[in-house]
Amino acid sequence: MSELHTAPVPRRNLELVLLLLALSVGAAAFFLVGSSSDSDDTKDFFVQTGVLAGLALLLHIMLRIFAKYADPVILPITVALNALGLAMIHRIDLAKTTSQSMRQLLWTAIAVIIAAIVLWAIRDHRVLRRFTYIALLASIILLLLPMIPGFGVTINGARIWVRLGAFSMQPGELAKITLSIFFAGYLSSNRDLILMAGRKIGPLQLPRRRDMAPMVVAWILSIGVLVVQRDLGSSILFFGLFIVMIYVATARISWVLIGLLMVAAGGVFAATTMSHVTRRVDVWLNAFDPEIYQARGGSMQIVEGLFGMADGGLFGTGLGEGSPYRVPLANSDMIIASFGEELGLIGLTAIILLYMLLISRGLRAALGSRDTFGKLLAAGLSFTLGLQCIVIIGGVTRLIPLTGLATPFMAAGGSSLLANWIIISLLLMISHNSRRPMTGGVGPTDEIATPGATTPKAVKNV
Amino acid sequence: MNQAIKRVWIALTMMFVICLAGLSYIQFFSSEKLAENSLNKRQLFREFDLPRGAILVDGKPIAESVPTDDGQFTYQRRYNDPQQYAHLTGYYSLANGSTHLESELNDWLTGSSSDLVFDRLTAMFTGQTAEGASVELTIDGELQKQAYEMIPDDLEATIVVTDPKTGDILAMASKPSYDPNDLAVHSTSAAAENMKELTSVSGLSPYVNPAIDTPIWPGSTFKILNVVAALESGEYDRTTELQNPNSLDVGSGPPLTNFSAGICDRRPTATLDFIFTQSCNTPFGAMLLDLGEKPFSDVAERFGFGQQLEIPLSVRPSTFPENRTKDQFARAVIGQDDTKATPLEMNMVAMAIANDGVIMQPNLVKKVVAPDLRVIEEPKPKAFSTATTPEIANEVADMMAGPVASGTAMNARVPGVDLRAKTGTAQTGREDANGTALFNSWMTGFAPGDDPQVAITIAIHDVPYNTGHNTAGSLMKKMTEAVFNK
Repeated sequence: MSELHTAPVPRRNLELVLLLLALSVGAAAFFLVGSSSDSDDTKDFFVQTGVLAGLALLLHIMLRIFAKYADPVILPITVALNALGLAMIHRIDLAKTTSQSMRQLLWTAIAVIIAAIVLWAIRDHRVLRRFTYIALLASIILLLLPMIPGFGVTINGARIWVRLGAFSMQPGELAKITLSIFFAGYLSSNRDLILMAGRKIGPLQLPRRRDMAPMVVAWILSIGVLVVQRDLGSSILFFGLFIVMIYVATARISWVLIGLLMVAAGGVFAATTMSHVTRRVDVWLNAFDPEIYQARGGSMQIVEGLFGMADGGLFGTGLGEGSPYRVPLANSDMIIASFGEELGLIGLTAIILLYMLLISRGLRAALGSRDTFGKLLAAGLSFTLGLQCIVIIGGVTRLIPLTGLATPFMAAGGSSLLANWIIISLLLMISHNSRRPMTGGVGPTDEIATPGATTPKAVKNV
Repeated sequence: MNQAIKRVWIALTMMFVICLAGLSYIQFFSSEKLAENSLNKRQLFREFDLPRGAILVDGKPIAESVPTDDGQFTYQRRYNDPQQYAHLTGYYSLANGSTHLESELNDWLTGSSSDLVFDRLTAMFTGQTAEGASVELTIDGELQKQAYEMIPDDLEATIVVTDPKTGDILAMASKPSYDPNDLAVHSTSAAAENMKELTSVSGLSPYVNPAIDTPIWPGSTFKILNVVAALESGEYDRTTELQNPNSLDVGSGPPLTNFSAGICDRRPTATLDFIFTQSCNTPFGAMLLDLGEKPFSDVAERFGFGQQLEIPLSVRPSTFPENRTKDQFARAVIGQDDTKATPLEMNMVAMAIANDGVIMQPNLVKKVVAPDLRVIEEPKPKAFSTATTPEIANEVADMMAGPVASGTAMNARVPGVDLRAKTGTAQTGREDANGTALFNSWMTGFAPGDDPQVAITIAIHDVPYNTGHNTAGSLMKKMTEAVFNK
């Protein structure tokens, strides 16, 4: 167990400066979108800029009060990404005369406020460790919710939605948080047992069956998501989370290999036997076949996205000047292509660098964390963010089959926004705890610095 | 554990870098390839949001972009007198691409031609939308209208009228025709449905302009070339007496015969003038077999057979076959076998005779006008081919008075107009539902004889002999009357 030490300096003023920078990027984007449309209505610009600035400052003040040692870069990057997403959704709205951007702004407000509440209510991420098994139960419930008849809805072939009145949500988005909490809690408590106990076959240390049971449940869950809910993207995400957290906990590459083998086996099985996966792979490989292009649910979406990005080229058409609305789902699944077209390769690269920086800061919080649970949780959450980006960018660029994952903070969709903002709140919390000055008798040699350290369970774990 | 976290970071970073490489490939290295992909309609979409130049006849638009509020695009292409001009304009559509002049003149009409670079730059800096240039055609609106309307609705027929001195195409009309507006609708499903309905019409394809894309047997109109070859050889003149048997043995195949409907069988020997006027087959077969293949295929080539031609629509080359057996050659020279000619090609034959042996390049574009009314292109008349000498051309021109005066083209005679013409009737081997044999009926000629103003060609597909002969004659007559206001 080790952690990287940084001098305990609250960097809130730096954060404020960066935040103003992020907000000015957002305001510039809103302005460009508004000015390229025919209407002279400036109301949208002020509402968007104002609401976003208010929300950002709310979180900033919350951090000053409750987590003043938190990483100063995470919040500004998130605000910038969220603002860019809003601008692009508004831009597509103007072209298609829809009104998604107001919904997205509303969801941003809800998500930021809930993130603030999470920050205020939990304060110390180690509290979450108490809810390890409750988190597993919550994950199962969240994932099963859409299967309840009359409650769950099937959209675009995936049954991952629930509807409450006019409100629809993807509970699976929240499951990536609860699953991360479960994995982190379970692995931080049981990693020694998993590592030491059990038979050894060759170089492989096999864990005892009962130690692995909860992990297997989680694994089956992610398979279930694929088979029953037909949601390839989330399934990949859960698989990835599962493998990475085991790897971080055990540091054994053999487990990653086993995990990847399971993924490969599952992937081949799915690709050959499940019609919706087979179709996706076919669409991916033969995207430029005119028949597949024209087929219902064919490659039209991805190919149009490619054409759009090619149109944008190196410098892009300029925000509001291209025609990203020609691509289906230009404001959600294909929002990366929309940015590629209007901001060009250069602008899109900047966005991707923002994501890379954000994820690096998340993993940096994991490195600095003083407890195993925090390390695992921060690593798992950061990885979730990263994998989402990679799966969706890889899909849009036709490096891998396209799946319906949301681009974090940018794609239109409330559930994803909410879940990702909660992740940010947790990462901020963990980074605060890893950077704040040591208090009391907790020293670097204390293996377990969790609130549960004195409970019998925790003692047993030592 | 930290080691593992660092490795996770490295793995994620590597995957991000791969994504960036993928993006660079799409947006930089292969962006042009993607832009040119046949599925990529983005250029088209851009065009549909810009005012496209008009195609004009006599200064009035026959194809124009009009503002629309269908919510999809800013402009809708509209065709005026659509059926008359369908085979010329073609259509400009989202669902079915574009054809004919809409396709051929695209660079002008969209303004992407290099001659309009300055206009595009100005538009960019002034913030105006770049407009395409308009193209004025050589077509005479009144002649085109009459040509289209005089063709009986139940026939597949084409009329071509040109000015032999300049090559200007004055009328080029065909039936059956269609309404390009049906195919230019923005709704792709409606366009597809209309396209399906349209292609079910026999003898109609929106991709084919029968005047330039469909070579058929020219029959005896081809004998104009026979006469040119005979006169060029120096072995024959107009008064040379030739054997005129009813049947000529030509080796392996069935014998060549004179057509039963004519009066050829009245004379066992006849002059070149007579056999041309009455269109007798056997003396022409015998004469050309004597002259040989080479001199004749030279003549055919000079008259445009096998030649590439853009007017600026690309004209499908007419053909005269090579390396034929004796009987095949004997039939090929009277416009059967594998001799196939487009109506425009046969009209070019008449143009050559009318213009002292020189075929002027047939042309549809009078001028291209930029949005600021500046003329940016005005094609000058130019020679396409020297088909024969002026002397021979004039002699053939005189001979072509024969059929109108006392031969097969008498039914086209117009009092007061010195029309020169040659008929053609080609066997198709096809029959109608009643078992009546079907022919291609032709007439090609020019008027007036002493100072030709127009060359006119009538071509009718697959008609019974009498209908074809009568219709070709009456169309030629009406067209001549239309030109000379008789």
